[in-house]
Amino acid sequence: MTDVIWLIPAFPLVGFLTLLVFGRKLGEPGAGYLASTMVLASFVVSVGVFFDMLSMDEHDRSVVTKLFSWVPVASLQIDMAFLADPLSIAMCLFVTGIAFLIHVFAIGYMHGDPEFSKFFLYLNLFVLSMVVLVLGENLLVTFLGWEGVGTCSYFLISFWHKRDSAATAGKKAFVTNRIGDWGFMLAMFLGFEAVGSVSYDVLNGAAAGGSLAESTATGIAMLLFVGAVGKSAQLPLYLRLPDAMEGPTPVSALIHAATMVTAGVFLLTRMNPMLAAASPWVLTTIAWVGAITALFAATVAVAQNDIKKVLAYSTVSQLGYMFLAIGSGAYVAAIFLMITHAFFKALLFLGSGSVIHGMHHEQDMRRMGALRSVMPITAATFIIGWLAIAGVPPFAGFWAKDEVLLFGLAKSPVLYAIGLVTAVFTAFYMTRQVIMVFFGEAKWESLANEAEAPEGDEEHARGAHGEFKPHESSPIMLFPLVVLAGLAAVGGIIQLPSFGIIPSGLRHKLEDWLHPVVSFGEAEITETAAYDAKAWLALLAVACAAAGVIAAVMIYSKKKVKAIEPQLLADGWRYDSTITAFMGGPGRKAFVALSWFDKNIVDGAVNGAATLVRGTAGQVRKAQTGNVRNYASIIGIGVVLLLAWFVIVRGVL
Amino acid sequence: MQTAVDFPILSMLVIVPAVGAALIALLPKRRPELTKLVALISSVATGAMSIWLLNAFDSGDSGFQFGSKHPWIEAWGISWNLGVDGISLFLVVLTGVMFPLAIVGIDPHNEDPTQDKPYFAWLLLLETGVMGSFLSLDLFLFFVFFELVIVPMYFLIGGWGYEGRVYAATKFFLYTMIGSAFMFVSILATVFIAKANGLGKVTFDLVELADGANFAATTGRWLFFGFAVAFAVKVPIFPLHTWLPDAHTQAPTAGSVLLAGVLLKLGTYGFLRFGLYLFPEAALWSRSLWLTLAVIGIVYGAIVATMQSDLKRLVAYSSVAHLGFIVLGIFAFTSQAITGSVMQMVNHAVSTGALFLLVGMIYERMHTREIAKINGVQSVAPIFAAAFMLVMLSSIGVPGLNGFVGEYLILIGSFLTARWWVVVAAAGVILAALYLLWAYQRVFHGEPDADTEKFYELRLKEAAVLLPFLAVIVFTGVYPKPMLDRIEPAVAALIAHVEDKTGYVEPQPATLQIDHDEEVDGDVDEDEDHGGETTEVPAEDEE
Repeated sequence: MTDVIWLIPAFPLVGFLTLLVFGRKLGEPGAGYLASTMVLASFVVSVGVFFDMLSMDEHDRSVVTKLFSWVPVASLQIDMAFLADPLSIAMCLFVTGIAFLIHVFAIGYMHGDPEFSKFFLYLNLFVLSMVVLVLGENLLVTFLGWEGVGTCSYFLISFWHKRDSAATAGKKAFVTNRIGDWGFMLAMFLGFEAVGSVSYDVLNGAAAGGSLAESTATGIAMLLFVGAVGKSAQLPLYLRLPDAMEGPTPVSALIHAATMVTAGVFLLTRMNPMLAAASPWVLTTIAWVGAITALFAATVAVAQNDIKKVLAYSTVSQLGYMFLAIGSGAYVAAIFLMITHAFFKALLFLGSGSVIHGMHHEQDMRRMGALRSVMPITAATFIIGWLAIAGVPPFAGFWAKDEVLLFGLAKSPVLYAIGLVTAVFTAFYMTRQVIMVFFGEAKWESLANEAEAPEGDEEHARGAHGEFKPHESSPIMLFPLVVLAGLAAVGGIIQLPSFGIIPSGLRHKLEDWLHPVVSFGEAEITETAAYDAKAWLALLAVACAAAGVIAAVMIYSKKKVKAIEPQLLADGWRYDSTITAFMGGPGRKAFVALSWFDKNIVDGAVNGAATLVRGTAGQVRKAQTGNVRNYASIIGIGVVLLLAWFVIVRGVL
Repeated sequence: MQTAVDFPILSMLVIVPAVGAALIALLPKRRPELTKLVALISSVATGAMSIWLLNAFDSGDSGFQFGSKHPWIEAWGISWNLGVDGISLFLVVLTGVMFPLAIVGIDPHNEDPTQDKPYFAWLLLLETGVMGSFLSLDLFLFFVFFELVIVPMYFLIGGWGYEGRVYAATKFFLYTMIGSAFMFVSILATVFIAKANGLGKVTFDLVELADGANFAATTGRWLFFGFAVAFAVKVPIFPLHTWLPDAHTQAPTAGSVLLAGVLLKLGTYGFLRFGLYLFPEAALWSRSLWLTLAVIGIVYGAIVATMQSDLKRLVAYSSVAHLGFIVLGIFAFTSQAITGSVMQMVNHAVSTGALFLLVGMIYERMHTREIAKINGVQSVAPIFAAAFMLVMLSSIGVPGLNGFVGEYLILIGSFLTARWWVVVAAAGVILAALYLLWAYQRVFHGEPDADTEKFYELRLKEAAVLLPFLAVIVFTGVYPKPMLDRIEPAVAALIAHVEDKTGYVEPQPATLQIDHDEEVDGDVDEDEDHGGETTEVPAEDEE
């Protein structure tokens, strides 16, 4: 199967092209079925390749398929080539698998949208870009996918472009992505200068072989990190992610939770020998940026009232954990958390989509409550997602977070402490969300009354005759929720730790699988004190999760304690508004000043000089208005005669 | 170096449009339909010949092909001397293809049909001028064609342009004429100084001059400067760019498309063909200046573009930024960067040409180019919006489309010799996204208003004109190899010429032999090779 990895991107490409031409004809739901089938086919191929690879010797699990020579100029030779190895196939499996489920969900969610087929066109293009990103054999092919997912994200966030906020959010996403791309590009340039290639094999080989100067490796690693920060929404570039929630909810689930935003983590894992060869402060920086982002975003999530905004900040926070893992040299843990996070965050987003759908596009959690009775399946699956992200054993998130924290402690106790505090916050805000949405009293009853008011008639979504009743979603939307809930529940199985009660045959599956890719950069912590205390650490983590849950129950369910939701947190520490104020104020003024400079100084000098020779200009103007035809004929005839002379006398033809 | 061919293809490329122009001049002006037919036939024939040329071009040959040389003024060594190599090939094809598209596809909107006659005649004469400039290997002949280009363009802007056309046309004319004056002096000086320094005879033959002349360093720099002023105006390079927004904005759509597509390339092409080739020492010596101006242009053009309220002016300033990339690549003196620059000349022509076409279509529908006055087009005309989006992404430089490949090659190649300039230039990539997406949002997104309702969808004829542009955008982005294979040998020859004349050594990236499962070879030079430092500018030219 490994010789047909090109089929993995080929299927969504075919889907994209078909929808491009026949999309409108296919319409609803045909376009959705076609797109889903294509992604499913990719998933099936990925599974095939996976099993094929499983039967190979560990050292042979790296197959390059060259399609054609892409950018060949002298010493620069870049191929359009794919690399199938344990990392890329692991990525392909969960990317295509989850993408398929989200496609299916979207068939239900986008029901009735006038641009139904266009939505699936973009989704297939996105999946294509994402698998190109992970399958790339060199940095440039990955960059192709990298920019591709960024562009699709722009399309999909601004999908409902008539809404100004959606259009603005899409643009913002593209531009912030590009800031990161600047780092990615320079990393490629530096790599090319140092080793004459941008292929992973050569770059990582040079880094691992020690033939790369430390300063060069440091430069490349830092620049790649800048790229990763842009893509994976870390401080200071996380801004776009909460805004990205303007897109339809399946987009949030697919792009802004499960796949695209993890690309930065993937890239750094892919380049782990480079990170290892770099100066140690690079990893330390990555770990700190990750930890601070994790805590920062978690505090903001606590005060959000929009059901999707909570999940958006939560995603930023979880990505922070992944960067903490990478900075601690825990690449396996980072990928482990990435995969399990994809399960439960996709689940939570789709669950929130189901709620939003059932609530007729209401996203404010203060107007929800007690929905578990009307939306039982959505509620049940959402609760599994909640347990998974909160770090309750034996759900998937617990195992992954535990492993990240373990490595974090080995790196620095302060990082560990930040990670633990974040875990408390995580459990807290997720519990708060579950209570506000599914428990407590039904706040949507009042919406029904509102809807009876005359102006309610315009709100077509609120149902006819002013009746407002949330409803459970259709089976096509519930099916992905159930599958994802299953994965979120047992996903931890792919990487179980060495605890006494776990059979040794089941431990460290993912670690064994990824070993050939990450063995160079992976930190060795079995000798550290942190590792010896891992059972206690796990207990501490569970205690933290429990503390967060209990606190939230006390505040939001039992109402024993008054909620503290400072406006500062609701505003995201005013980070976004400060940036916006700067861009709109001094930033814009600088731009205006420069264009004034162009108009009045640069061009003004020219016009000033022209005034001096106004006579000439006047002559020309006279020629223009008066004797155009004469002047024209003189020049025209002159040239034609000259050419005729060449032809006749000199025999040019 | 000269390929003997039976068919004088290059001469035909220059002369056929002129014959068309002459025929049109002889036609009665009451027969506009005949006028258009002649314009059509001669431009399409030229286009077909240029495609044939592309096909017959020998990609392995780095020298001038299809040479055609006939004496003109023998006493002064002036001759009708044409030739094409990998650097000019795609510019010639571009010219050959863009003119018929502009002639067939863009309605001049003459209220008085008799005005069709001069319009098409000027367009065809312009084509002759551009073709001649790209093909001339004789300094004098080049100058004639280079000047010829200005006149039709002046009349096209002044006669068929928009409200501020007279000012714009005059500005264009004066600017370029002043530049040309410098070049003319330089050409004459070059020829006569070359006679005294190594050549021993008077000749305007480019190849003979480049190979045989040995200018003293200072002399060469003065001569180069004369050429450079003319080309810098044409490109345009900051701060000589202010004629461009006016000319672009006021020109009729066909004029803008051709201005962006082919005329601006005369400047960058001139730098390569007559700057670097004739005066390698001077070009190398002054490279920091050009690199700096190029990078200023990239950032400055993008920022000023962001603040424009007129769509055409916005695209015009984006050209300043894009041309900055091309100049950066030219003066980086590496194979990748110069190959990228040549490729980007074509890419810019395609994407900016297409943008002007689309803006022209918007103007025809809305009778305004004011960004603020157009809203929600995407809802009313989704196919039009999709075409605009694709062209825009190409202009932004999204990988998979043509603009990216050129930009990438320029940047990665320039990184070897001009690292810090590239660090700034790469930031221009962010700004490009900013101004285009912002404009797109304001024009295409949002709720359509009453004015937008009359915005009709892309028509078949319009689609037919756009399609070649879109096809090239996608094809070149996915599979640039055929193009690169043809450009690269000529660029390698140019760099070899520079190395030969100046002792400059093109820096190469370190190459590593990776032996799988084994340790990496130890004999690799680990020192970071800062290209800029390896550049040697010897001053051993003889006085």
